[in-house]
Amino acid sequence: MINKLLQEDNKKMKLLFEDGTAISGSFFGYPGSVAGEVVFNTAMTGYPESLSDPSYKGQILVLTYPLIGNYGVPEELIKDKLTKYFESSRVQVSGLVVASYSEEYNHWNATKSLNHWLYENKVPGMFGVDTRALTKFIREKGALKGKLVYDSQDIEFFDPDKENLVDLVSCEEKLAYGNGKYKILLIDCGVKNNIIRHVLKRGSQVLRVPWNYNFLDEQYDGILISNGPGNPVHCEKTIEYISTAMKTEKPIFGICLGNQLMALASGAKTYKLKYGHRSHNQPVLLAKTNKAYITSQNHGYAIDQKTLDKDWEPLFVNLNDGTNEGIRHRSMPFFSVQFHPEASSGPTDTEFLFDDFIDLVKKYK
Amino acid sequence: MEKDIEKVLILGSGALKIGEAGEFDYSGSQALKALKEEGVKTVLINPNIATVQTSEGIADKIYFYPVTPSYVEKVIKKEKPQGILLSFGGQTALNCGVELYKSGILEKYNVIVLGTPVQAIMDTEDREVFANKLKEIDVKTPKSIAVNSVNGALHAAEEIGFPVIVRAAFTLGGMGSGFCSSNEELEKLAGNAFSYTSQILVEESIKGWKEVEYEVVRDQYDNCITVCNMENFDPLGVHTGESIVVAPSQTLTNEEYHKLRSLSIKIIRHIGIVGECNVQYALDPDSEDYRVIEVNARLSRSSALASKATGYPLAFIAAKLALGYGLHELKNTITKTTTACFEPALDYIVCKIPRWDLSKFVGVSTQIGSSMKSVGEIMSIGRTFEEAIQKGLRMIGQGMHGFVANKEIQVNNIENELSKPTDKRIFVIAKALKEGYSIEKIHELTKIDNWFLFKLKKIIDIDKQLSDYQDLEDVSNNFLLETKQAGFSDFQIARLVFKSKDNIIEQDLLKVRNHRIRNNITPVVKQIDTLAAEYPAQTNYLYMTYSGANHDVEFQNDKKSVVVLGSGAYRIGSSVEFDWCSVNTIDTIKKNNFRSIMINYNPETVSTDYDVCDRLYFDELTFERVMDIIELENPKGTIVSVGGQIPNNLSNRLDKQGVNILGTSAESIDKAEDRHKFSSMLDGLKIDQPRWKELSNIEDIFRFVDEVGFPVLIRPSYVLSGAAMNVVSNKDELEHFLTLAANVSKKYPVVVSEFIQEAKEVEMDAVAKNGDIIVYAISEHVEFAGVHSGDATIVFPAQKLYIETIRRIKKITRQIAKELNITGPFNIQFLAKDNDIKVIECNLRASRSFPFVSKVLKSNFIEQATEAMLGIEIEKPQKSIFDLDYVGVKAPQFSFSRLLKADPVLGVEMASTGEVGCIGESYYEAILTAMLSVGYKIPKKNILISSGPPRSKVELLESARMLHEKGYNLYATKGSQKFLELHGIPSTILYWPDEDKKPNTLDFLKAKEIDLVINIPKNLSKDELFNDYSIRRSAIDYNIPLITNARLASAFIYSICKVDYNKIGIKSWDEY
Repeated sequence: MINKLLQEDNKKMKLLFEDGTAISGSFFGYPGSVAGEVVFNTAMTGYPESLSDPSYKGQILVLTYPLIGNYGVPEELIKDKLTKYFESSRVQVSGLVVASYSEEYNHWNATKSLNHWLYENKVPGMFGVDTRALTKFIREKGALKGKLVYDSQDIEFFDPDKENLVDLVSCEEKLAYGNGKYKILLIDCGVKNNIIRHVLKRGSQVLRVPWNYNFLDEQYDGILISNGPGNPVHCEKTIEYISTAMKTEKPIFGICLGNQLMALASGAKTYKLKYGHRSHNQPVLLAKTNKAYITSQNHGYAIDQKTLDKDWEPLFVNLNDGTNEGIRHRSMPFFSVQFHPEASSGPTDTEFLFDDFIDLVKKYK
Repeated sequence: MEKDIEKVLILGSGALKIGEAGEFDYSGSQALKALKEEGVKTVLINPNIATVQTSEGIADKIYFYPVTPSYVEKVIKKEKPQGILLSFGGQTALNCGVELYKSGILEKYNVIVLGTPVQAIMDTEDREVFANKLKEIDVKTPKSIAVNSVNGALHAAEEIGFPVIVRAAFTLGGMGSGFCSSNEELEKLAGNAFSYTSQILVEESIKGWKEVEYEVVRDQYDNCITVCNMENFDPLGVHTGESIVVAPSQTLTNEEYHKLRSLSIKIIRHIGIVGECNVQYALDPDSEDYRVIEVNARLSRSSALASKATGYPLAFIAAKLALGYGLHELKNTITKTTTACFEPALDYIVCKIPRWDLSKFVGVSTQIGSSMKSVGEIMSIGRTFEEAIQKGLRMIGQGMHGFVANKEIQVNNIENELSKPTDKRIFVIAKALKEGYSIEKIHELTKIDNWFLFKLKKIIDIDKQLSDYQDLEDVSNNFLLETKQAGFSDFQIARLVFKSKDNIIEQDLLKVRNHRIRNNITPVVKQIDTLAAEYPAQTNYLYMTYSGANHDVEFQNDKKSVVVLGSGAYRIGSSVEFDWCSVNTIDTIKKNNFRSIMINYNPETVSTDYDVCDRLYFDELTFERVMDIIELENPKGTIVSVGGQIPNNLSNRLDKQGVNILGTSAESIDKAEDRHKFSSMLDGLKIDQPRWKELSNIEDIFRFVDEVGFPVLIRPSYVLSGAAMNVVSNKDELEHFLTLAANVSKKYPVVVSEFIQEAKEVEMDAVAKNGDIIVYAISEHVEFAGVHSGDATIVFPAQKLYIETIRRIKKITRQIAKELNITGPFNIQFLAKDNDIKVIECNLRASRSFPFVSKVLKSNFIEQATEAMLGIEIEKPQKSIFDLDYVGVKAPQFSFSRLLKADPVLGVEMASTGEVGCIGESYYEAILTAMLSVGYKIPKKNILISSGPPRSKVELLESARMLHEKGYNLYATKGSQKFLELHGIPSTILYWPDEDKKPNTLDFLKAKEIDLVINIPKNLSKDELFNDYSIRRSAIDYNIPLITNARLASAFIYSICKVDYNKIGIKSWDEY
């Protein structure tokens, strides 16, 4: 049934923007309509990882790389209580827009087509779109509200900024992983599996708690604040617990949304970028050095560096646009980064930050 | 930046050859530009005079000398540079640099190697050191064990696991090598191999694995990026230079992509490269297992391709890093606002396809494999694989129109040709798919990833659907757009829908074009901006696609732009010289305040560097695409005369569509191109030409030959096998040739021309305006007519022509220029015998020798030609500029060593892959420098002479005497030995290879006892050639200099005897 729909001359999908702009294309995946914020990602690989990244909650994703679907979608193996090939247990994006979709795929670990996977997850997709023109449009207008409308089944626009998306993707109860020597408390704001894998790999165990869980009474050696979707200001509870935790000397490491929450907990402010950073090629410089790294990024909000407290300093800066890419406390073992050291998808150059974190944990234990 | 570096020496790569071509002109030019920007003085050594890098204003000092340690030392001694760059001139520069380092010359003159240290280079060059080096960081290379017995081989195989490859050490041409998948097979093969050699290598076989490459950059702060990855369409087993390659990789998951990426970074750090390197991997198609095949610690063909594929100027950045910059301190040269420390994001796919010219060689195998045979390549850009591959297959210029709708190719055994690939592999796949082979079957035979095959199948499906139509009006617009998105040209659509015959297809494709335009099915222009539109970029690097809704750029419509058509893929007969012409045309256009628009698609060129022109369309040079661009850009005019034959051939059709061709009219171009029209024009002007006739039956051919006498030159219009042209010396040969090689009929006539022996060939390169000559250059060939002008050694100014001959040549040239009302560049070839002058050919475009004569004369012919075409007033130069007190010699470079079994003999078909041009105080000095530049060496003591027909025996007599007097030992084959003896010159007889007698020529060659082989074929007929073949081929295989032309041999011998090599003064170009 899925394949049949693809072969038909099906200009059944429309991408409508709040400003009235409309683009039509062919439909794949699930036949339905969705609304969200339309964002683009310029990565050339890694659609299974990206689409299952909870940070994309509430967003319709445009991939600028035109040939998508080539290597299919891998099987859903579970390893250490985590799906082996995905970043969460489902497709997280609301909708997907690509230029040229390849229904025929080939890879030793693939078990289904992207089309099939989207269908299973009830996520609609659109192909046959000039994604370059669309990207330029988003770049000029800024990330904006849009909807994928299937076969004229219209729905309301959706503003993800106003919603607490973290609540939708965080775990519902405490979960424990591994039995390593160090106990890392992971605040799950929509964590990517690879963050957990990296911690486990380094002889640690993970206690994963919901975003609004009061962890202050738990036993732990270090806190890791995860990535996640949307506007950080919605996570008031998390911010409150983090600022309390900062009163002790237990190391804290924040990633992406975790970076923004760390900043808010320290008293700094965040703001929304015009169209965010979503790619595998973002260069960052380690402050006060000549060390530059290529990072994987996926964020719409950033820390306003000017509002940093005197006890805090920038850790990384984006080499392209000068925005802040991480902060650290001048004397306490707290640091966080805006990019994704766990990669998946994307370059793995900053994986050493997990080592740095675990080293701090050892030092302060 | 490194302090105290004020002057840097750069080594070029010399003449273009297989495996080392135009990419190094591009990388060298970029490096020179980067150094210039930093205010560093540059000195360049490169004898390749046709390159852009050896042009005025690019390097501060240019030396046209061989890139060998002794010459480089002389230049170092004179110029005293503080630094040297070794990684921009290919393997030639790298090898030379390593020798300079090892022999202590660099240390002696305090020259620092900038960028990657020499030790790192040496670590990557030696296979064993390299494998151990990678082992230190747990990076895998293919397992390989050296053994000395069959038993040892069996043990090795047990350790490695079958299948294995057996490689016999110290043998040539892969003798005794092969694949084994069982003990029995191994026992047999190894047993066989040990009869030639004492050692074999047993290696694990990774044939059929995916081949993937990464281009990696590192700075002195240890910051690393990978600029691009590329995936070979042809899996391991086919050299990457012989493979179709796509960028970025298409079938790798994120995990695989980044696993190999991080390994690349680990490797570049461990080896310690500062600048750029290339890492080649084999990746298991059934797991994430991998092997590192090779690391190139220098700019390479792949890095040039990656630069063009991404817009990231690797060589430019590598040069800056060599000066000590960090990546983060440099800007992205496309966006100009973001940093150079990033990895380009592509939003398109590129496809590289090699160009072979194997049909030019006698005896060479058409199979492709682990060594490189291709002479050029193209890069196509699209937003679907189908679009990119079809564009690309048109670009290679071998008469194909894409993946389908081509003339039928002859395939004897599809399965065989799929599993043992030839230069036609991709078209064999098309044929197999058409004949109903399943994708699984094709995959099994080729190991090509199914994803590529699915996409190719899609093209076949569209082909079938289109063929079902008879009328374009019945094709829906949606489907027509889909065909265009899958890369179908108007030509293909016309052929499939209208079933057009060849004679009307030109009109039918116009019907398709007009239908399309009426229905708004037109391509859009997209930018290459390195960041997939994430940041605004003012980039002028463009391509066209049908997968797009709107243009990325605006069109000014002010008639202030000029379109220049480039030369396409490098091939035998058209290479870097036309790139030089194109770049100089662009420069002149800009200098005269017009905007330049370049169209070309060869990734090895400078003309496709987006910062040389105002707009670069990296796209097809087909009528269809050129029209698309001209209609959008609406330029002042279009220049078709600086890119060789491809644009020249388009002139008539463009003119018919109302395109303003700048310079000589399309009508005149046609008059010169059309043999009949040109001939009757010459008759009208009373200008002599060799007698010729176009004939369509055998009787007429014989009648004509009776009239003009043997030998004759035969040019069939339809070729069944072998070379297209041949000289035949007698009736038997003629019959043989006509029955075997050519199909003669009304449809496929044969042109027979009188062949004048012992005639001098003279070239006239000139520029005219409105029929009036502005500048000219007369040069002469060292060889007599019969050697293709591209293979001839050319002397400029001509040194040995009668004044009368020169006067008459000038007069004829003036007449022709006037008659054709030439404006722009042109070239005429003459035969001269006893002041009897005949015209052989006239091209109303720049010729191969334009850069050579321009640089020797120090008068830029292309600049003058362009100004003439733009209609700008030009002053005729003073007559005194033609009076030079030095001599230039252009010598051909052959690549026979790469072409196993090919007969290294010269004939009427061109065989050289490149050339050099050197300047000397005297004729012999220039000859010597030029010949040393293309790999000849001054013989130490032993010379083998096999002097062929009586004429050349006489020709070589004086030379032989000089060699003898110089103390050389002469060896000769029977007839030559007798002839020498008769004239009092002692020589030792060596028996012919097929004689079972000692001393034998082959033994001496094998033992490398001979330092120079002179072997002159009796005539150019195939039977005669075969007698000497094994001598010539062995000379090539054992890397012994070989000369096959008596005139050239004598010029070379005079040079080595008359010129004291050690006393040749070193002069830079500007010092002449």
